[in-house]
This record gives sequence, structure tokens and C-alpha cells, in this order.
Amino acid sequence: MIAALSLHEATVRRGEVEVLSCASFQVLPGEVVGVVGPNGAGKTTLLRAALGLARLSSGRAELAGRDISSLDEAGRAALVGYLPQERRVGWSLPAWRIASLGAASKPPTLARAAALRALERVGLSNLAERGVLDLSGGERARVLLARLLVTAAPLLVADEPAAGLDPDAQLLALELFREEAARGAAVVLTLHDLGLAARTCDRLVVVGSGRIVADGAPADALTPPVLRQVFGLEGALEATSAGLTLAARRARP
Amino acid sequence: MSSLRLNLLLVLILFGLVALGLLLGETPLSAAQYAQAFADPASAPGEILWTIRAPRAVAAAVVGGALGLAGAVMQGLLRNPLADPGVLGVSAGAGLGAALAIALGLAATPGGTEVAALMAALATGLMLTALAARFREPETLILFGVALSAFAGALTALIFNLSPSPVTTAEILSWLMGSVANRGWNDIAREILPMAAGAGLCVYAARGLVMLTLGEETAALSGLPMGRLRAAAVAGAALLTGAAVAMAGIIGFVGLAAPHLVRAGAGADPGRTLTPSALAGAGLLVAADVAARMIPTDQELKLGVVTALFGAPLFALIAWRAARSWRA
Repeated sequence: MIAALSLHEATVRRGEVEVLSCASFQVLPGEVVGVVGPNGAGKTTLLRAALGLARLSSGRAELAGRDISSLDEAGRAALVGYLPQERRVGWSLPAWRIASLGAASKPPTLARAAALRALERVGLSNLAERGVLDLSGGERARVLLARLLVTAAPLLVADEPAAGLDPDAQLLALELFREEAARGAAVVLTLHDLGLAARTCDRLVVVGSGRIVADGAPADALTPPVLRQVFGLEGALEATSAGLTLAARRARP
Repeated sequence: MSSLRLNLLLVLILFGLVALGLLLGETPLSAAQYAQAFADPASAPGEILWTIRAPRAVAAAVVGGALGLAGAVMQGLLRNPLADPGVLGVSAGAGLGAALAIALGLAATPGGTEVAALMAALATGLMLTALAARFREPETLILFGVALSAFAGALTALIFNLSPSPVTTAEILSWLMGSVANRGWNDIAREILPMAAGAGLCVYAARGLVMLTLGEETAALSGLPMGRLRAAAVAGAALLTGAAVAMAGIIGFVGLAAPHLVRAGAGADPGRTLTPSALAGAGLLVAADVAARMIPTDQELKLGVVTALFGAPLFALIAWRAARSWRA
């Protein structure tokens, strides 16, 4: 099976500082991969490097087995949909119009229909005509999630899709990503809630100080030493009736 | 309101205002004289109508349309409701070109000042297009624009400073204040090509503007050729602004206010504000020019003065009413 996304020994520099060092990972179709790590560890840089949005000083990034620099705009858009962490929207377009931008290449009527379906999936059918800047932050985040779903791309990359959502909407968002993986999409998410990440994702990539520290099934990736070294937490993932949960407290220096 | 109905309404208003521009003037004409003007364009009333009033009204419409369109493109590109055609320094660049031409005595050559203004605007536009390709964040572009604008302004001030004759200074100042008085068909013909090219580039860029509402990174992965669309938007707005300044001097507020004026009817989609904003800009400037002619003052008011005088309060009113829809 060809990986939907693969990064080979990628290094990204900002000035003199190496913000991503020799990072390699792959995501296969049908797989949900969580990227976790503390603030400033390099999660967003890892995603941006994989999508060709950050310039690599060495290494390479591939989408569906093709070097990302060899793809034109349309080719790249056909292979990946991206939801950045930044949720600023410039103008108060109706929610359905924002969602329909996920299908820029489709005829307007088809794009609108796809947008309305996606808004229904994120539970915002009743707000389809509302201007996005008149929505709450969480509602706006769901409209942007709907835009990502409208792309129906074989690879979906979402940077902190759960941030700012209420608990129910967080679970709904992650359920939707699981549904997308079930239709064969490869999904990459950055998440801060380690318990939620461990329960939702097939695999976790742990990033600390610009390096990939661990990559594997949640229980193999988030081991007590990794929790201590990367997150400064004393504890472990525990299997409960609700799935994996994190029992941890701050490590004392 | 559908965009077709809005545009039709704006076209009707524009025609009404242009008709008003043809009817009103220093020399009142009787109905019989209008009939004569239509029957015989070479007659005295014909001269007044076709070589004084008509080119003046058309020049105001064309300049206003160019500024309205450029303003809408700039607001969309920079995702900023405060952006106007001058925000990136093209107006100041064109003004510098004109000032330099006047100071060097090129104004005596017909069209000399105008050509110099357009050339300076094109040079500024080229610089901006290159900068826009390298720096994608709107904030960065705005900062470069502010720097360019300030530098061109400083050089213009330097020309004032070094100018040996107060006559030159007065001439530059008068030109910079903006006017379409005494504009002839040849002045319009000179700028219409760069304006048409600019408008074409802006129309091409329209589909990229709506995508930019989601930010640079989403747009970069949207499948649209954003690099080309962004360059087209910057170059198009620069051509329109440069040609408008070359034809009429620096005229503020029209490019800033026109997009806001139509947004209530056209919706927030920046691509859809382009045509109505151009039409509204044309209407606004024709109206301002009629006002400039009709307000009884010893010396005719300059168009740039009128647009600023009326435009600033109007803009404050629009801002008051629109404040809700632009909070980020």
C-alpha cells in the first residue's frame, strides 16, 4: 500500500535554529495518526513540512508516493485537505459558503450541496446561512472542520481540530475523522488531550523539541518514560472500561 | 439582493449621475441649445456639452470606477476593511512621478505629467508584485506599502523643499489635490488601456480573493494557483490606481468607501464586491465632481478635497453600521 503521506529525514530551520530535526514518519490510507507533544515541540512544523508549506533544508516529503515539490496546486489539492490551527476568517461569509470552499474546483451547485451535507455532519445545519463572524468560536471551528470534510481528500490533516470545542463537539469531531478513515482516508491530527488521542488514534507520533521521540500504537508510544521526558508528567496510560485514559500528575523537578 | 439586480441598480444610478453631470455647468443651456448640441456637435452648445462636460463626467466615472475596483481588490487581498487603493504606496508613487515631472518642466509637454505619474505607478506596482510573491502575509505587505508610501511622500516633500519657485510648488500641490476639470477625450484614451488591463487582472484574481478569506495556508492547499492570482491582484490594482492617479491626481476615500457601500447588498464575498464596487466608485466620483462644480465658491473646489470632505463622514457612517460584520 502506498503511504498517503511520508516524510523522510526532514529538517526545517528558522534562521539558525533547527525547529524540526531529521523527522521521518508515514501515514497509510485508513489510518488515524495523532501527533502529540507539548507546546512549541514542533507539531505544526511537522505537519507544515509534510504538506510542503514549510521549506525543508534537507529531507523530502511525499504525498501518495510523489515528491510534493513535483505536484502543482491542483495536484496537491486532489491529494490532501488541511485544517490549519489558525481559525481567523477574513469576511463574514455564510457558513455554507465557507464550507463550500473545500470544493473550489467543483461547480457551485455541487459544492453547495457538499457543504450543506458537511454542515449537517458537524451539527450546524441550522446555522448554514449565518455569517461565520456572527458564530461563536467553537461553531466557527466546526464550520472550518466542515470545509475540511468537503474536500473529501484521500489525506486529511487537521491541526488541533478539537481546540475550542465543547466536550460533545470534540467527540463528534473525532468520530467524524474515524468515519473518514473508515472510507479509506488517511487522517493526521494534532491533539493536546493525550487520553482522547490514545482512545481515538491508531498510532501516535510523539514530538519533543523538534524531534520525533516515539511512533507507535498509543500504549507503546506514550510510555511512562516518554510521558516524563517529553511532557514532564509522572504517570501512565491505563486501560479502563471507557478505553485508555491518562492518569498522571506534574513531575516534581 | 441578487448581484445582477444590484449591478443594474448601480448602473442606473451611474447613468443618472452622468446625465446630471451633462446638464449642470457654469453656462446654463436651454432645451433648444441641448437640441442644437445633439444636432450639431460643432456648435457652441455642442462644444460645451461634448468637449467640456461629457469628457469630464466620463473621466470622473472612469477614475471612480478604477478606484472602486482597486479598493475592493485590495480589501479582499489584504483581508482588511481599511485597505484602499493607496495602501500599498501606488498612489504616492504616482504622485511622486507627477511632482518630479512638473518640477523638471515636463508638464509643458501635453501628457508629460500623466505619463510620468503612470510610469512611477507601474514601477511601484512591479516592486509590490515582486514583494507579494515573496511575502504572503497581508500584514507584511501592508507594512511594505506603508514604507513605500512614506518614502514616495518624503521624496515628494523633498521636491517641494528644493523647488526654486513657489509657482512650481503651487502647480504640484494643485495637481496632487486631484481634479477632472479640463480633462479631454485624449486624456481618457491615454489611460483606458492600462485601466482595462488592470480590470482584467482583477477579474481574473477574483476567485482567489474568496479563498484568501481563510488565510494563506488554506488557500495554498485549495488547488487554486494562488501565486498567480495574488500577483494578478496586486498588479491589477496597481495598474488601476496608477492610471486613475495619472488621470485625476490623488483622490481619497472613493476606493475605501465604495466596497463598504455595496457590501450590504453584495454580501461579504470579496470576489463579488468587485463589479458593484467599481460601479459605486464611478457613481460616487461623478456625484463628487458635480458637487465640486455646483458648490458656489470663488475658486472651483478640487475633486480630491470634495471626496475627502464628504467621504470621511460618509465612511464613518458606513463603518458605524458595518462594524458588526467585520469584527475578526
